[in-house]
Amino acid sequence: MILGYALTFMFACIGLAFALNIWRLFTAPTLTDRIVTLDTMTINAIALVVLYGIRAGTGLYLEAAVLLALTGFLGTVAYCKFLLRGSIIE
Amino acid sequence: MTPILQTAIELIVAAGLVGGGFFALVGSWGLIRLPRPMQRLHAPTKATTIGVGAALLASSIGSLPVTGTVSIQEWLITLFLLLTAPISALFLAKTLILRGEADPDLPDPGTGTPWATLGQERPDP
Repeated sequence: MILGYALTFMFACIGLAFALNIWRLFTAPTLTDRIVTLDTMTINAIALVVLYGIRAGTGLYLEAAVLLALTGFLGTVAYCKFLLRGSIIE
Repeated sequence: MTPILQTAIELIVAAGLVGGGFFALVGSWGLIRLPRPMQRLHAPTKATTIGVGAALLASSIGSLPVTGTVSIQEWLITLFLLLTAPISALFLAKTLILRGEADPDLPDPGTGTPWATLGQERPDP
């Protein structure tokens, strides 16, 4: 009962955060801000997957969350490395 | 499991979810709201540590009435996020300094040389 309300509240919060992130992605003043925004979007996506797992009542979705955490970090580092050095694998 | 314990677990999970959702929203709002680039690096860390951390904690405790054990996988995700957040922050700060988007009143590194990101020889890509 109360768990359902809390889940709905957090779904709404993460959805609103996603909307703010997408708006930021289009209006970001610098390129680095876009990378920060993409990183935040990955974090929000992890939260969304975990929430869906809680609602579905299985632990299966946690593996998707692990993969998102891995690829999100690698993506951020690769974008930064490209801007810093001009190539990702030297 | 007694009903009162079940209610207590449900309350803890609900509190974690509400707190996590609030802080995730704060992180994304701070990304828009904060005026300087180096400050904007700081806002999403709230979403990482408290937002996702509380959601994962809630998921971990929430599996207690269902399976009888606290699931471990959530703690791995939390550990990984906490380990990688400083590394990506370091890379983002280096990018800001190199592209000249950092604050103009960047402090001196104190070694007598310019910032390592700016000073080193850059190879031809």
